[in-house]
Amino acid sequence: MSNDKPADWTTGIEAILYQSCGACGHVQYFRRGFCAACGAANLTEKRSSGEGTVYATSLVCRAATAETRAHVPYNILLVDTAEGFRMMAHGDNDLAIGDKVTARFTPFAGRLVPYFAKARMS
Amino acid sequence: MSFITGVGLTSFGKHEGLSSLDLMSKAAELAIADAGLTRAEIDGILCGYSTVSPHIMLATVFAEHFGIHPSYAHAVQVGGATGLAMTMLAHHLVEAGVVRHVLVVGGENRLTGQSRDASIQALAQVGHPDYEVTLGPTIPAYYGLVASRYMHEYGVTQQDLAEFAVLMRAHAATHPGAQFHELITVADVMASKPVALPLKLLDCCPVSDGGAAFVVSRERTGATGVRVLGCAQAHTHQHVTAAPALTELGAEIAIARAKAASGVAISDIRYAAVYDSFTITLAMLLEDLGLATRGEAAARVRSGYFGRDGEMPLNTHGGLLSYGHCGVGGAMAHLVETHLQMTGRADSRQVRNASIALLHGDGGVLSSHVSMLLERVR
Repeated sequence: MSNDKPADWTTGIEAILYQSCGACGHVQYFRRGFCAACGAANLTEKRSSGEGTVYATSLVCRAATAETRAHVPYNILLVDTAEGFRMMAHGDNDLAIGDKVTARFTPFAGRLVPYFAKARMS
Repeated sequence: MSFITGVGLTSFGKHEGLSSLDLMSKAAELAIADAGLTRAEIDGILCGYSTVSPHIMLATVFAEHFGIHPSYAHAVQVGGATGLAMTMLAHHLVEAGVVRHVLVVGGENRLTGQSRDASIQALAQVGHPDYEVTLGPTIPAYYGLVASRYMHEYGVTQQDLAEFAVLMRAHAATHPGAQFHELITVADVMASKPVALPLKLLDCCPVSDGGAAFVVSRERTGATGVRVLGCAQAHTHQHVTAAPALTELGAEIAIARAKAASGVAISDIRYAAVYDSFTITLAMLLEDLGLATRGEAAARVRSGYFGRDGEMPLNTHGGLLSYGHCGVGGAMAHLVETHLQMTGRADSRQVRNASIALLHGDGGVLSSHVSMLLERVR
């Protein structure tokens, strides 16, 4: 399964995918053909709800390429998702650690990237 | 048994017109002379990498250029931990009897050989190509993420982090080879340009040209020997997205293994040389290594604990933050300075009694760790 391209934001599709191990239950975000925890090959590809909690933030004010410089400042986040994996993404500049967030997708430097904003209280 | 028998270090900063090989050669020549050896006596070479002049066989490129024909040679790549990883390997190679004198060398014209943008971009590639690099992070952003979380968990402030930049600059001011000599204050750090918040320009090490080298030998060659007591590594992840919890990072694992390998306790240590690519790196590593309790390192800087005359002199050459950072040679300067301190040759920077030293290197985003303990033998 790792040989086909994932149908997620890394290939320009509005989705965040992850893998769940049928043998040990481990969930992983970086896609591979086996479970990094136990080595089993029976992984199921799942789609994340896009809900999560901010784990860390860094506001990039100095970028290194012309394409990314056009976007400064932009906030790089680590988000702990509801499904139990951690991912890097963009988000609102005023987000703080612990904020509950929801993902959408936005263009960045010629690509599509996940972008988190504060979740609406229901 | 193995000894660091000679050290060599160029000044860091701009070396207009010099290549990576030139800078490596300069440092190597100094180290071999310092060990009292000749080129022909060097039978092993370990070298780092150059982002300016990448090569799949840099060690033999260097050996040919420098004019030696070793019986053992290759490059090593562990990011910022490369210098100490090479030293650890050299230690084991001479202990195993594979070679007698290993030349460990790193050098790069990273400042004048390429644009700052090129350096920043090359280094950002330690991130995951699909899941991280596409988001436009930089190395400061990876460490900015770590900093934000560490500050959140342990109540560390930006002013606390600034203390480390101020200390490293004060130390660099007394070393003629350092890239920066102008003293700075906490207010200067706070007012410096934002790079990847919470990190600002003066929280970040500079890009430099420079070279460093040392010789690791089976027997000592000088009156005062610097013996490798023990060393250990830990590798917990590559990408910051996959990093373990802050309390389970590799520095704690590596130092525990190094202490076990050497029989040394933290209370025995009299000099510390700790990787300081950013202020947060130094703050965290000091606390991970047990040289301060959680959240306490900045207070120890303020009280003079890590100063030249303090209880635990730290990076007395100015570290990566102010002596400079030329890639692999950057963290090797920490070992060169440690050697000078242990052998009583640190001039105006000389500390009281560097009898036992702790060195620690970090590569990636706190991904790869090497801890090493050295002992002075007379």
